[in-house]
Amino acid sequence: MSVGKKDISCPPEAPGTPLKDADITEKKVTYVEDHPDMRYAWTAGQAISRFLNELKEGRLIATKCNKCRRILFPPRMFCELCYKPIDDWVYVKDTGTVQTFSISYIDPDARPLEEPIIVAVIAVDGASKNMAFMHVLGEVEPKDVYIGMKVKAVWKPEEEREGSVTDIKYWKPMEK
Amino acid sequence: MRVAVVGVGYSGFNANTPDLSWKEITLEAATRAYDDAGINPRKDVDSIVTCAEDIWEGFAIFDEFVPDQLGGVLKPTCTVCADFLFGIATAYMQIKSELADIAVVEAHSKASDILTFGETIKFAMDPIWLREIGSAHPYYFAALEMSQYVNECCITEEQIAEVVVKNKNNALKNSSAPYGSKITVEDVLNSPMVFDPMRKLEIAPRADGAIVFVLANEDVARDITDTPVWVKGVGWWSETSNYDTMSFNAAYTYKAAKMAYKLAGITNPAKEIDIAEVDDRFAFKEFQHIEALQLSKRFETGTLMQEGYFAKDGELPVNVSGGSLGIGNLLEATGGQKALEIVLQLRRLAGRRQVEAETGVAQAWRYIPTASGAVTVFGV
Amino acid sequence: MEVERISGLKFHKKQDVAIVGAGMTTFKRRLNETGKELSYLAIKQALEEADMDLSDIEMVVMGSAPDTFDGLHMKGEYLLDGSGGSDRPYMRVFVGGGTGVFAPIAGYWHVASGLADVCLVVCEEKMSSSHPHPQSAFKYIWDPILDRPLNPNLIWIFALEMNRYMHVHNIKHEDIALVSVKNKANALDHPCAQLAEKITVEDVLNSEPMALPVRRLDVSPPSDGAAALIMVAPHIARQVTDNPVWVTGVGWALDTTMWTNRDLYFPRYVAEAAKMAYRMAHITDPRKEIDVAEPYDPFDYKELHHMEGLGLAKKGEAPILTREGVTARDGDLPCSPSGGLLGVGNPIAATMGVKAGELYWQLAYRAGKRQVAKEVTTGVCQAWGDLMQVGTVMVMSNKR
Repeated sequence: MSVGKKDISCPPEAPGTPLKDADITEKKVTYVEDHPDMRYAWTAGQAISRFLNELKEGRLIATKCNKCRRILFPPRMFCELCYKPIDDWVYVKDTGTVQTFSISYIDPDARPLEEPIIVAVIAVDGASKNMAFMHVLGEVEPKDVYIGMKVKAVWKPEEEREGSVTDIKYWKPMEK
Repeated sequence: MRVAVVGVGYSGFNANTPDLSWKEITLEAATRAYDDAGINPRKDVDSIVTCAEDIWEGFAIFDEFVPDQLGGVLKPTCTVCADFLFGIATAYMQIKSELADIAVVEAHSKASDILTFGETIKFAMDPIWLREIGSAHPYYFAALEMSQYVNECCITEEQIAEVVVKNKNNALKNSSAPYGSKITVEDVLNSPMVFDPMRKLEIAPRADGAIVFVLANEDVARDITDTPVWVKGVGWWSETSNYDTMSFNAAYTYKAAKMAYKLAGITNPAKEIDIAEVDDRFAFKEFQHIEALQLSKRFETGTLMQEGYFAKDGELPVNVSGGSLGIGNLLEATGGQKALEIVLQLRRLAGRRQVEAETGVAQAWRYIPTASGAVTVFGV
Repeated sequence: MEVERISGLKFHKKQDVAIVGAGMTTFKRRLNETGKELSYLAIKQALEEADMDLSDIEMVVMGSAPDTFDGLHMKGEYLLDGSGGSDRPYMRVFVGGGTGVFAPIAGYWHVASGLADVCLVVCEEKMSSSHPHPQSAFKYIWDPILDRPLNPNLIWIFALEMNRYMHVHNIKHEDIALVSVKNKANALDHPCAQLAEKITVEDVLNSEPMALPVRRLDVSPPSDGAAALIMVAPHIARQVTDNPVWVTGVGWALDTTMWTNRDLYFPRYVAEAAKMAYRMAHITDPRKEIDVAEPYDPFDYKELHHMEGLGLAKKGEAPILTREGVTARDGDLPCSPSGGLLGVGNPIAATMGVKAGELYWQLAYRAGKRQVAKEVTTGVCQAWGDLMQVGTVMVMSNKR
């Protein structure tokens, strides 16, 4: 019981047996496959339900807290900073500013995409500072996007809207 | 330095909650708890512990969605992947370590959001040993355990039915219990044998709800409330992860209770405990857990159950709230419902189901396919 | 509340907490061992260093990130026996990617509260079980209503944060790439390293684009691995070792779920967590008082971001310190001397081995070839996780 006196360099060894991808594809190792079927139906709740229904109408809605005077977007039923119920519903504009963006060459499973997606955090006009949400940009070349760019929502035709954030097809630059 | 419960709040319990999201039911429970404790969560709370499992929620990292509705933005907030009573133990340790003066524990169930409940439980099983065996609903695991346990302990069908009758009738006195009903032993024995030897009415149906507790150290508790309920002891224990090496007599609860009783200074639980809330998500589990908590002796529990020893007006009331059979399976919030009932009883706020009690014990199990559980002893 | 109370931490804990042993497996993209076996290997090594036996362990804390990686619900219960948790109090804690430093924080309160005198902390991650790619599991971390319909990839949020950070401080990608170059080179001395190599800034800038500005070499790899730590009370530490390393401060903080409502250029959550930990450790000027740091570096810009959150650099100053060599292993403030996640690998929670574990080894003077040049007394390690949301910080010292 005198570890402190041991003159060792840690970790002393690196246990584990690395495998190559080929070991799996060529079935050199034994494995068990499972394809679980787990499904959920999340209740959207009061705030987001209203938000989704307004999207069908082609409008963006936010909520307002009279204590910190913030206009909260995406809307919520309570102000998380003041910890009190919200006071009002307010419409915000379908225009905004790019806070930050990325040009993505990979899909959700990390497979390469032929055409990159431009994803951005967009602060909507009419809401408080930094009240933004994530969406994609269109009608713009990746090299032309910049932080601070003004953008406007391009909506799906009314009959195709289903109460989802994808009712906005994408956001396009306002100047041109 | 002792630890006290200084505020409780809950929302529910309902068979389903189509109008409110999990965030909104949690918000409701938290708001009530903070009001009960008379504190402002944004100023006074030092730590928040949430008890959740990702797959019950349908998320990969559920911890992300926790802080806002609890007032925990930019505060020490964390998740323990376990039942509410493990959360109580965590908050207890944080307060004892002086990391927090006031710590909050939350758990909720939005079981109605899960469309494939059986698949979800199956997903908890060892993928190589167990998951592929048979296509039955995984409740059969509980039936296997029941089969061994009731034979070993000579517990009869009528005695098990008695648990269902007691709890569902108790639930009639609890306005928050959605599954109360006036049934008889005969009704239970006539219910379909779904997983022989287990009948349909012996299985707790699912429910939605949220529970929030505010815990504080002794100094703060004395300052802010006249009715502190002391957390006298906490215990938690895991047996094994392999189904085939589990004891099938709730050794996890026996060991957890030993730890909690030791902290609480309880040497003769059957005498010193006035009221108990135990996990009864399968009716036979109530027997197992009563025995493991040392509230009665093996081979005697069945008879005592029939004699009304564990009834509301019995010697040692168990599951006066209606238990999980009357309130529903609240997933990781199950222990929360148990602890809530004990706290309400000790604070004499239990209304029509009030019993005389000064020391109570709450116990929860982590559900199939685990052999882990936690115990908390409360006292005034 | 009617009675005014001075809010905050008093730190009259029951007992001090020391670390006396650590262990870790190799970190690789795919390991043949199961999660249970990996945990076992890491624990075995930690027990050997502390010259202890599993029967000496009173309680176990397990840290592991999403269940969806391993394809198991209640993963903690499944990992129970491999983690040494059988027939003991066993608790799994979880704050997403921040778990690597949060699990030892939970170990801290198990011991500091007096409930345990010897607590084993084990972190495991087996990301390779998820197909077609560990990224597939990350699909389920997003808000199902607001984010998931857009088919997001996890890299997006980092790219968005990195871009914002670069924009606000006017930082060039070249300066950020230096972190990747440094950490991957540091990892050459780590026996467990997955991506140790000598690369140049040009290599990073010319690597395959993932989600620009993030390129392949800006990112740490997904890995399998496990790590373990043994945390004990002072009277045990005295028996086991002559030079234990003490945990002098812990802190953690979780920011709002609404990540699009925050200005991403600064990690407030790390700053809050660090404030708590420094206050507890009586550190007032971290830049001067911290000798060695292991900030969380799943991406190269993240090390810089976190140095600023930890108060080791002023806002926007971290790239300059890096360029000047201050954060090199022989610099004045060595950062990620282990090789970090960029070099050794990123098995989410198991990165405890290169954060808390490495800091322990550095302060115990047992890091071998990785030992930093300067004399060390106090160090800080940090992890981060969820939706760019949680900061977990631990301060250690080899003086009590």
